Amino acid sequence: MCLGVPGRIISIDESPVGMPMARVSFAGIVKEVCLAYTPEASVDDFVVVHVGFSISVIDEAEADRVFAYLREMNELGELEIPQPEATP
Amino acid sequence: MSVATFNLECPLPIADYPNVVLAHGGGGRLSRTLVEKIFLGAYPNEVLATLHDGAVLDVHGGRIAFSTDSYVIDPPFFPGGDIGSLAVHGTINDLAMCGATPLALSAGFILEEGFPMADLWRIALSMRDAAAAAATPIVTGDTKVVDRGKGDGIFINTTGVGIVRPGIELAPRRARAGDAVLVSGSIATHGIAIMSIREGLEFETQLATDSAALHGMVASLLDTLGSDVHVLRDPTRGGVASALCEIADSASVGIDIEEAAIPVLDEVRGACEILGFDPLYVANEGKLIAFVAAERADEALATLRAHPLGGEAARIGTVTSEHSGHVLQRSRIGGLRAIEMLSGEQLPRIC
Amino acid sequence: MKYVDEYRDAADSQKMLAAIHQRVTREWTLMEVCGGQTHTLIKFGIDRMLPEQVQIVHGPGCPVCVTPLEMIDRAIAIARMPNVIFTSFGDMLRVPGSETDLLSVKAAGGDVRIVYSPLDAVRIAEQNPHREVVFFAVGFETTAPANAMAVWEAAHRGVLNFSMLVSHVLVPPAMEAILSAETNRVQGFLAAGHVCAIMGYHEYEPIAQKYRVPMVVTGFEPLDLLHGTLMLIEMLEDGRIGVENQYARAVRREGNTVAQQTVSQVFMAGERKWRGIGEIPASGLSLRPEYAAHDAELRFAVGTITADEPAECISGAIMQGHQKPHQCPAFGTRCTPERPLGAPMVSSEGACAAYYNYGRVLA
Repeated sequence: MCLGVPGRIISIDESPVGMPMARVSFAGIVKEVCLAYTPEASVDDFVVVHVGFSISVIDEAEADRVFAYLREMNELGELEIPQPEATP
Repeated sequence: MSVATFNLECPLPIADYPNVVLAHGGGGRLSRTLVEKIFLGAYPNEVLATLHDGAVLDVHGGRIAFSTDSYVIDPPFFPGGDIGSLAVHGTINDLAMCGATPLALSAGFILEEGFPMADLWRIALSMRDAAAAAATPIVTGDTKVVDRGKGDGIFINTTGVGIVRPGIELAPRRARAGDAVLVSGSIATHGIAIMSIREGLEFETQLATDSAALHGMVASLLDTLGSDVHVLRDPTRGGVASALCEIADSASVGIDIEEAAIPVLDEVRGACEILGFDPLYVANEGKLIAFVAAERADEALATLRAHPLGGEAARIGTVTSEHSGHVLQRSRIGGLRAIEMLSGEQLPRIC
Repeated sequence: MKYVDEYRDAADSQKMLAAIHQRVTREWTLMEVCGGQTHTLIKFGIDRMLPEQVQIVHGPGCPVCVTPLEMIDRAIAIARMPNVIFTSFGDMLRVPGSETDLLSVKAAGGDVRIVYSPLDAVRIAEQNPHREVVFFAVGFETTAPANAMAVWEAAHRGVLNFSMLVSHVLVPPAMEAILSAETNRVQGFLAAGHVCAIMGYHEYEPIAQKYRVPMVVTGFEPLDLLHGTLMLIEMLEDGRIGVENQYARAVRREGNTVAQQTVSQVFMAGERKWRGIGEIPASGLSLRPEYAAHDAELRFAVGTITADEPAECISGAIMQGHQKPHQCPAFGTRCTPERPLGAPMVSSEGACAAYYNYGRVLA
């Protein structure tokens, strides 16, 4: 579990009952998302959305971590890359 | 004269499905089983058994194609079209997939008591426009009205006849190892466009259906490649995956496809990600899959791309003599996965 | 799509795989506890690209699969009531109860509707004041905050015709149940990234120490899973115990404290029966007494419901990692997605469905 998809906040609005809502774009498709659990989020932030709720703001610096690791691997030398298997 | 044994027993074990369920109309495994066991079981014949988009019949030295399709979509109006234009395009496309030039259509309506006359007029005009654009008149029809509550607004059935181009045979059995598998453009757009206005799954973005009449594009493909086009199929309900599985099964060939080669619009991809959908299983209404001889693949692609409806045409795979009857996909990271028919429709998931 | 596509890069994935192949010196049995991760592994063919010595077992990470049979039957009983609009996430609709499923109830005329978010269900209740609207609140800790907010909203705005049928489950007790079993073979855990986005991972640290099992909080894209697997293999090969965080772009050690607060305001922990596994203490969430008015279990008298699983279904053994789906004698024959014997075959996140739909031909 669980299907959480990263999307970009394009605007933050206030619904009539005061629950913070945002319009979030997922590669161009826009959906209304509840921002109650990420009050610190701002426009242009990327958030992870699960069942219509933002559950986490994506930390851009941390996102690079796996790629930094890969760059490090490159520097350490050639790795033998297993060939994709042939069609059975 | 012998008397055929009259068999009253239902071929679908009663324990399995005493009633029809929605999945029987989903275009997946259950749909196919229903058709094979009930309809092909009750009134089998060689032509029906091909289970292709339309029937091709020999008649007076030529061949006609004959196809029928029913439209039950709700809501009846959606971005880019309506149930009427969908019904016209859909049957024209089925005829085109048989290699036929569409000649004429019939349109049968089942209307629910209370359906607004203004909406019916709007739909009729839309059908006029779609039919005129395709030079395929609606020449006959039927209308029935059912009690309020028994209908869902409006159901439309369109049936079409066309003349099959001489020298052309398009059927799964013509698929050969080595054939290139092409798709005429980005997939899953129609299904997601409809999903985007369905209550509970709304998106703010206006995605339009890709519904279109494909016979013009088919004609230019046949003009260029002739009988080197082996199979054509429009992947409607059940998506590209179901169409490929059916062809692999009918033709007893294997099909290899590349995930990275499959064109999908960005917004459609985004929507599929949120809902947990695989675009391969989502319906299309203005796209075709073509199996063409290996050596003509590039020409076929160029021809498709030259047509207004085929701008994003792409080669997505190859027919193989291995894993006969099955479709395999190589993921963008290199791993293999089997593509199976789903039992029913995809359902949005939380996991 | 940003934060998605770059984690599906072919070259980077191959490099990560190569690193795993290079690092492994002996056999390791790892478990992931997340339906979403099961799917990525099989959909991208990762499980077949890993070294043979690395076995990834699919644990009870599909909330749909572990929802007890009695709860499905209860949902069906409520959905059949004439004035009820029964709302649910999509994946629950095909899960078999004792006799039927929610999709069949819909086919027979029940008003069963799929919603994307629990807030949509509250909206339906507001738009239909004379109907009873029930939402099937299933899920792990990831979904609990959303469901909590729905109840809180309904209570706050006086939407009295809205109620929830709650069947929430918690991951750490399930992990302990698996690790404490005599037959346990699991040596390392890939912890579910989005559960940890809510709960953090400090709860796992004592479990890791107690059972001497390293854990890595892992994301859901191919590169995440490969990276997480690599990190776990490195801990195992080095003999290190602890919890590391691969999914740092979305997970902090303390988790989402605002979400945790709302959940504890609305829900309380209690024992819960897991389908195929049995009762695990303090492993489920139910509504606090203050929200009893919105508790569908109290609102709808459906009588005592007991249910027995089909004897052939080995979902419990599969979810605990003792067997793989294709090892089940009924797999693909008597048990298929059209005619499932148990939930893991019909839920899109179930291990059996994943094997059937993605891997059957290749197995």
